[in-house]
Amino acid sequence: MAVEPAQVAMTLSDQLPILQILIPLVTAPLIVLIGSRRLTWTLAFTASALSFVIAILLLIQVIDGSVISYQIGGWAPPLGIEYRVDAANAFVLLLVSGISTLVLPYARESVKFEIPARHHTLFYAAFMLCLTGLLGVTITGDAFNVFVFLEISSLSTYVLIAQGSYRDKRALTAAFDYLIMGTIGATFFVIGLGMLYMATGTLNMANLADRIADQGANRTVRAAFAFIVVGMGLKIAIYPLHLWLPRAYTFAPSAVSVFLAATATKVAIYVLLRFTFSVFQPAFLFEVNTLEFIILPFALLAMFAASFIAIFQSDFKRMLAYSSIAQIGYMLLGISLLTETGLTATIIYLFNHGITKATLFMGVGILVLRSGGSFYNRIQGMGKTMPWTSGAIVIGGLSLIGVPGTAGFISKWVLVEATIEKGWWPVSVLIVLSSLLAVIYVWRMFEALYLKTPLAGTDYKEAPLSMLIPIWILALSTIYFGFATDVTLTAARAAAQGLLAGSAGMM
Amino acid sequence: MGFELTQEYILGHMNYWLFSVLMMTGLYIVVAKGNLVKKIVGLNIFQTSVFMVYISMGKITGGTAPIFPQDMEIDPEVVYSNPLPHVLILTAIVVGIATTSLGLALIVRIQEEFNTIEEDDILKIERAIVQAENAIHGDAMGGRA
Repeated sequence: MAVEPAQVAMTLSDQLPILQILIPLVTAPLIVLIGSRRLTWTLAFTASALSFVIAILLLIQVIDGSVISYQIGGWAPPLGIEYRVDAANAFVLLLVSGISTLVLPYARESVKFEIPARHHTLFYAAFMLCLTGLLGVTITGDAFNVFVFLEISSLSTYVLIAQGSYRDKRALTAAFDYLIMGTIGATFFVIGLGMLYMATGTLNMANLADRIADQGANRTVRAAFAFIVVGMGLKIAIYPLHLWLPRAYTFAPSAVSVFLAATATKVAIYVLLRFTFSVFQPAFLFEVNTLEFIILPFALLAMFAASFIAIFQSDFKRMLAYSSIAQIGYMLLGISLLTETGLTATIIYLFNHGITKATLFMGVGILVLRSGGSFYNRIQGMGKTMPWTSGAIVIGGLSLIGVPGTAGFISKWVLVEATIEKGWWPVSVLIVLSSLLAVIYVWRMFEALYLKTPLAGTDYKEAPLSMLIPIWILALSTIYFGFATDVTLTAARAAAQGLLAGSAGMM
Repeated sequence: MGFELTQEYILGHMNYWLFSVLMMTGLYIVVAKGNLVKKIVGLNIFQTSVFMVYISMGKITGGTAPIFPQDMEIDPEVVYSNPLPHVLILTAIVVGIATTSLGLALIVRIQEEFNTIEEDDILKIERAIVQAENAIHGDAMGGRA
């Protein structure tokens, strides 16, 4: 691969990997330059829909386990930057661009309500940059490029979260906290990359994997691994590093919460997967130890502690934020098993939880739009006045618990299967027990929506169709993926095999 | 694993010592200082320490700037420094500037809304907001909030 002559990409389909990034990236300044409030949304939506189509085309090409390598500017890797699409990242690309395409129609009404009109163009520009960053992190095969795109997405995320300040000024401090912690995380990640470069002299992921495999573990490589895990841990919100998350999700504008909850942490988990399984070899003892003795306990702790905190929230949106931290615990649990089934479980969890959480956060956003707040006693009884919205929320809630027939059940089922396969049956019991905590917090939401009488003097209209359609597409897809498990399981297995094949699969 | 703490070892790793000191200084300021502007300054020092590692990493003793002579007759005697880490850091510096400016912009907005940029005062204001919220929304939940 290293000295292969640069192939000339002639047809449009050869250029798909770069177009995936280029379209949203170019749209962002275009929106600002045109500056027309009418065109803004259309432009953003078109760009997002195009990248969704590209993501589907890419996934179709790689689902059989093949790999697309795109050389930027015709410079052959490992010297040039390479975009490398395999089943794992094509799957994540699909999730990110799909969610963004559904969020944008929803955002139209929600943003009109929550953000002053003069900031709309800049809001959508920042949104496009955030999308670019997340897609870029996922598609690139160059380690330093990951950092650059990570910062593009993070910086625009801070801006998007701060937009919540028109409703609650605490959004500003939430964004500031996230900025501090996110920057520390990203800088740790760069330190890790620097050490990898010192040890190997390359930044191309496939090349890194080979050279690390050749020279084995030494202190520099181990330190690099530690820095990368902690740095990404801050972005993922691994349990003790999660402090930025509840506030950021609670105070961000509704549309932003939907997008971040469904994609940002998932992309960070993908990066962790890529580094633990492709760049570093899972055969290294230090890596096994890190995952088993550090990540696993924290994952279990997150499943219980965060679920427990979620039970006692009086704010629906904040409850969902804590539930996200708990769900991240399940995904990390799948990683720490270090088996193919465990990895499949993590990838499928990543996708299913993405659509589930997007449904729920969209629901909250609609309730906020109508009632002006997301506190339980503010939204009580709204199940009767807004049956469609609340119906979708209930489906999302059921999927969050993992009731059979929903996507959430499949992901938990595969995870339990993976733990039993590994022989860790106490962990399987813990998964089931922590799901019971989810029953409690989902019940509290159900109770507020359906069993309480509506507040006197309120008569809320059902949500506008532009919001109902996206939320129902997501709600129905949680049911669809609960029955049609072949689609997600095949893709997740292919992804897991690709990742576990390590450098062999990458070269 | 075994290494001796000789004078050569200490002096030879001077860039790493300085990096560690600078990094810890920055991180300490971020954590310990209550003033938001000081936190951003700390964050800058923290990031700069990483720039230093990268830049010193590319330097080779006796190495010169990696530019080939115009006639392209390369003297094999000449040692060149590795330009790649330096170029990477150019990107990282740009990212650092963007972070700093965004952080400062957020501080300006915080000052407008909260009338203070001291963390303790902001926390007090936020705690008051939460208490006010709980008074309305907590009681309605049967005091369970």
